[in-house]
Amino acid sequence: MKLTGLTAVVALCAGAAFAEPIAPGDVQYSEYGAVEASLSGAAGDPENGAAIMVNRGKGNCVACHAVTALSDAPFHGEVGPTLDGVGGYRSAEELRGIVANAKMTFEGSVMPAFYKTSGFIRPGDGYTGKAAKEEDLTPILTAQEVEDVVAFLMTLQDG
Amino acid sequence: VVIAGGADDDTMVINGEIEMVTKTAAPEHMDNVSEIMSGWHFRSDETQALQLDDFDNPGMIFVDQAIDAWNTVEGSAEKACASCHEGPESMEGVRAVYPKWNESAGEVRTLAMQINDCRTNQMGAEPYKYDSVPMASMEALISVQSRGMPVNVAIDGPVAETWEQGKELYYTRTGQLELSCASCHEENYGNYIRADHLSQGQINGFPVYRLKNAKLNTAHGRFKGCVRDTRAETYSPGSPEFVALELYVASRGNGLSVEAPSVRN
Ligand code: HEC
Ligand code: HEC
Ligand code: HEC
Repeated sequence: MKLTGLTAVVALCAGAAFAEPIAPGDVQYSEYGAVEASLSGAAGDPENGAAIMVNRGKGNCVACHAVTALSDAPFHGEVGPTLDGVGGYRSAEELRGIVANAKMTFEGSVMPAFYKTSGFIRPGDGYTGKAAKEEDLTPILTAQEVEDVVAFLMTLQDG
Repeated sequence: VVIAGGADDDTMVINGEIEMVTKTAAPEHMDNVSEIMSGWHFRSDETQALQLDDFDNPGMIFVDQAIDAWNTVEGSAEKACASCHEGPESMEGVRAVYPKWNESAGEVRTLAMQINDCRTNQMGAEPYKYDSVPMASMEALISVQSRGMPVNVAIDGPVAETWEQGKELYYTRTGQLELSCASCHEENYGNYIRADHLSQGQINGFPVYRLKNAKLNTAHGRFKGCVRDTRAETYSPGSPEFVALELYVASRGNGLSVEAPSVRN
């Protein structure tokens, strides 16, 4: 039974590394804005997380935050606090919530939500200045990319 | 969170004689800011220096070009600006009070709208494109006649409704990044956002010569760029929304000197 065999293999993979990611609209935030479980179902890759943090089209976190460990990337911003040591005083659950939608933790924060797809005013098509083509936008980071960033933030232990 | 000392303490005197007010008490209508400051204070010393002498200010080349345009006959009425307004000095004081209410048209007019009204209705000429270099140059020529005078835009009476609309736009968080003008220019002036030192986003210096694109830039052009950077659908230069926003932003600079053409990076 070829078909069943294939389904079984797919199911097995999903159970292991490739579980269905939690859709942006389905993320459960705690009262203080934390998110319990991995959004992708997998562990994060801190190295890729570091790359996302300095990538202008992705996280671009250094536009607003100084991070000593990323000092090779130029021009760190000061709109947000330095992230040095943040992995020491915040849990992975809190960091996941902050990266996915910081407004759940800090009311009215200027920090953008990186895993949110609807509820925007005049959403654009990326940085073109034109109207968005889809009703629901693509989140700025994928579920796995959020996990990668969180994994990197957890490595920032001394501040 | 505004970090004190974000703006420098330099003083601006143009050509060794025009003393400029670049910091002053905020107008009463502003809620969250006590002192207003020209964007000049947030630029590097080298960039600042370019604005201190007209021989160094690249924006003055465009002013010279606009003097030619001022005297050039165009359109079906065979008139130039000079036919009706004499020399550009007749425009002294005009920049300081724009945008303002035009009674006969029953609308709030920006300087750009007034220039195009004269071109189309008085001269029978083609309008300038709203945020084009010829428009910015003509605005700069008119602005330079008011250089050093305090911005004094009216916000009440017939413009009140438009002003409220502009204020609403200023505080609306747009785009996928959900940022408003206030997120950057009220809550974070003085802070660095990547390579840029955030100013209060004042428009007393517009049109502005930018080193980045080596031309004069209009306020609406700048608004468009800032809205685009929130990953939003922008408004168009000359749109009713940007006219309202210009009135509101201009009023946040009431008391600062007219600086145009200023120089920025
Ligand atoms: C436009 C500015 C901006 C950007 C971009 C930004 N942040 Fe923030 N971030 C802030 C601000 C401001 C705060 C402080 C919270 C507050 O008061 O709103 C903050 C807070 C945080 C905190 C909590 C720090 C603490 O001390 O508890 C973390 C963690 C964080 N940001 C991570 C990130 C990451 C990771 C990215 C990119 C994926 C990012 N930020 C992008 C502005 C920004
Ligand atoms: C045929 C006559 C005529 C010509 C040519 C003309 N204007 Fe005007 N302009 C006027 C009149 C009349 C007004 C007053 C309009 C009003 O109040 O409705 C005016 C008003 C203005 C104002 C507003 C002044 C104020 O105090 O608010 C500006 C700025 C201006 N013109 C610029 C220009 C420029 C620039 C040109 C050439 C491109 C030009 N005008 C060509 C007749 C002219
Ligand atoms: C994401 C941050 C951000 C947002 C949101 C933003 N701006 Fe800006 N704006 C900047 C930066 C960065 C600059 C360049 C440095 C400076 O002068 O502040 C700038 C420059 C300006 C300038 C030029 C100031 C000068 O002296 O040359 C004006 C005017 C301005 N912005 C107005 C606005 C208005 C109006 C809005 C809302 C529609 C807005 N900005 C939204 C970041 C932003």
